[in-house]
Amino acid sequence: MPGAAGAAGAPERLPAPGMWATYRMIAGMWIRSTLAYRASFAMMLVGNFLVTAFDFVVIALMFSQVRSLGGYSFAEVAFLYGTSTTAFGLANALLGSIDKLGARVRDGTLDTLLVRPAPVLAQVAADRFGLQRLGRLLQGLLVLGGSLLALDVHWTVLKALLVPMMLLSGTAIFCAVFVAGAAFQFWAQDAAEVQSAFTYGGQTLLQYPPTVFAKDMVRGVTYVFPLAFVNWLPALYVLGRPYPLALPAWFAFTPPLVAALCLILAGQAWRVGVRSYRSTGS
Amino acid sequence: MTDLVELDGVEKVFDVRRKTGRWRREKQQVRAVDGISFRVPRGEMVGYIGPNGAGKSTTIKMLTGILTPSAGRLRVAGLDPSRERTRMAQRIGVVFGQRTTLWWDLPLYDSYRLAHRMYRIPDARFRENLDRCVELLDLASLLDVPVRQLSLGQRMRGDIAAALLHDPDVLYLDEPTIGLDVISKAKVRQFLRDLNAERATTILLTTHDLTDIEQLCRRVMVIDHGRLMYDGALTGLHEAGESERTLVVDLERELPPVRAEGARVVKVEGPRQWLAFPASASAAPLVAHIAAEYPLVDLSVREPDIEAVIARMYEGPRVH
Amino acid sequence: MSSRGNSVAKGWRAGLGSRALVSMTGEGAFVRLYGVVAAGGFRRYTTYRVATAAGVFTNTVFGVIVAYTYIALWDQRPNLGGYDQSQALTYVWVSQALLMTVNMFGGGFADELVERIRTGDIAIDLYRPADLQLWWLSADLGRALFHFLGRGAVPLAFGALFFDLALPTTPGTWLAFLLAVLLGVVVSFALRFLVALSAFWLLDGAGVSSLVSIAGLFFSGMLLPLNAFPGLLGEVARALPWSCLLQIPADVLMGHHHGTGLLGAYGFQLGWAALLLGAGRVLQSAAVRRVVVQGG
Repeated sequence: MPGAAGAAGAPERLPAPGMWATYRMIAGMWIRSTLAYRASFAMMLVGNFLVTAFDFVVIALMFSQVRSLGGYSFAEVAFLYGTSTTAFGLANALLGSIDKLGARVRDGTLDTLLVRPAPVLAQVAADRFGLQRLGRLLQGLLVLGGSLLALDVHWTVLKALLVPMMLLSGTAIFCAVFVAGAAFQFWAQDAAEVQSAFTYGGQTLLQYPPTVFAKDMVRGVTYVFPLAFVNWLPALYVLGRPYPLALPAWFAFTPPLVAALCLILAGQAWRVGVRSYRSTGS
Repeated sequence: MTDLVELDGVEKVFDVRRKTGRWRREKQQVRAVDGISFRVPRGEMVGYIGPNGAGKSTTIKMLTGILTPSAGRLRVAGLDPSRERTRMAQRIGVVFGQRTTLWWDLPLYDSYRLAHRMYRIPDARFRENLDRCVELLDLASLLDVPVRQLSLGQRMRGDIAAALLHDPDVLYLDEPTIGLDVISKAKVRQFLRDLNAERATTILLTTHDLTDIEQLCRRVMVIDHGRLMYDGALTGLHEAGESERTLVVDLERELPPVRAEGARVVKVEGPRQWLAFPASASAAPLVAHIAAEYPLVDLSVREPDIEAVIARMYEGPRVH
Repeated sequence: MSSRGNSVAKGWRAGLGSRALVSMTGEGAFVRLYGVVAAGGFRRYTTYRVATAAGVFTNTVFGVIVAYTYIALWDQRPNLGGYDQSQALTYVWVSQALLMTVNMFGGGFADELVERIRTGDIAIDLYRPADLQLWWLSADLGRALFHFLGRGAVPLAFGALFFDLALPTTPGTWLAFLLAVLLGVVVSFALRFLVALSAFWLLDGAGVSSLVSIAGLFFSGMLLPLNAFPGLLGEVARALPWSCLLQIPADVLMGHHHGTGLLGAYGFQLGWAALLLGAGRVLQSAAVRRVVVQGG
């Protein structure tokens, strides 16, 4: 302030930080915040690991009573579980608290984010970021690793490449679902739980083989709400299993395209949501 | 002097769904801001007042780029706030009195470090501004304290500093003294005066406390029902609203109503009496008179609140 | 960056008119006070209509997903855990219907209570002329009733419509089920009350409460019927208090317990309720001493 008195010319402003830089800044602040309560943080990390591991314990318990589920072996179901949970775990670690957007709209704290020189999406995405969320991811990776060892698959280069590809595009698809769900909350602030049906519900669905579910459900998550591209389509190719719907084999390689499309649509939905908020103030 | 803030016929219309029956809802249009025009030159301190729901915060939200105006032209430092939201954000400081932007569980300093990075403030500039704020706002002993442990007044000072580290052209303050004790209020006001004098920072503040305006702003704008009802000096507002202050006197015992020139008793309760006198008049001669004529124990002066001033304004002659 | 305290305070006051606090003497007033508290607990949730609808939607989606996995499981092992397939499906939909009612995820009033302990507002509650545990129990029963009607009925009806469920045809069995659910809510409350009070000694109870709710999620049978747990794990799980929340009500609904067996099931629930509520009282009086000594 001193020396700047009467400065008519405003000082040069550097361009505002971008998405990723903003995300890192806010996430860093949240990590520091959670470390302020160390004992709780440790317990929450363990808790996060355990609670997400229960999904797998259930499957293990099921397989303690049966030898196959929907015609799939334990190792095959574990592979589906590992890919679904890893992709979802990564998306959840990245933007798991974005569903708090409705609460921010309701109590008006979204306004404090809008007066900062940084993208709102990145700020909301990093909201309440916590390292304890890595519990789920870790657990998914462990099961995935175990299943890869146990699987009796004739590996080819193509199949080997398909595994990291489906993890990344699966993460992107779940991210898109998170963002679209948050955008929906600009209109329905109390509807956060609807989103859970598609995120947590989607993750649970994809942990089981498609043969378990009704044909119409499989059609729904293939043609309408493309969760099947997270892991079912590519994973069934890896396992050498036929997809229950009549689709050409090359569909196993389309997840990156589907993911890109989902991200674009979710981004559009987000922009429409923000614009609506800024014109109505809700 | 250049105009830093320019509004020309700015409007904000909301669609509100209102319940008309048990299940039926009807769409209605609410004109929260209904054609407001004003200009604020660089370096001016302006009070922006009005009753709740008058359109104050909607105006502030449009000025800060949170909301998009429905009609009219709006420029702040040459920018269209809602179209150029992030560029605007770099050039303004915003303090919401009831909503802290500081990080709850972290030491105060961490919030400033985030501002340093997020506003891309050059290091030397950041140090200089922070040191100055720490000195003037008395923050030195608070920098390492987690925000959740700060008192309301300390937190408000912390919030004001956070809004100033990036050398904003305009500072918007929404109820900056709400809930603060007398000493904290005085500190905040003194700081804002210094800031305005030294740096010529343009300040726009909304408040319910007329003392804020009296001590800080030469100019005051009154908004009600989305329209600008008054724009001018505070003294003019008092005249326009014929506003009255209240002198509360505690006498030694119950006495008949006090008689004093230029004041009238509006209420008596045991030994305590309430006297109304014009806000534009000085309280000193009145107090001297009562102290000389009556057995006085204690007294206090109550400022008129904004609602009362505005209510009287409507009763009195209209200002255009 | 926290407006939590504020909303908590609002929640505390919501639905509790000042008439709840007027002088109360005698039994009638006692019932009236806690009745008002329970009604307040109920009413608080009625305002969140969109949230309720969203929750019903999610419960239903999860019900469908889990139902199909159970169909696959019972296809392979037709009589697993003593259930036939339609009983297994009934279990799925009852678990979705009771999820919120018996609060299997934990939280609810407990978060609020922890927050009040953390901020020191609890001192005010302790000086209130009402018993802390009974006060919160009444409020939680009101909440449970709302969730039973608002969150439970629709998923159960959906399940009954689209799946082949083994629901009872006699009103007596339904009544027996309602009593088992009520006892389940009390046990669930007693557990969460204990956990919440631990916040008096642990500065931040979030970790403990999340660990306990995880245990609850697993041992309540929310993930898989406890009957279908293998061997010793199953026996241990069925003996723990969490089996009162879902497993016993579901079995009562499906007519697994009758006559003395039904009394035994109730006795098991009552036993846990008494034990846990008693432990809660002991902890509560220790907490009161602590507040009195330290001044909150």
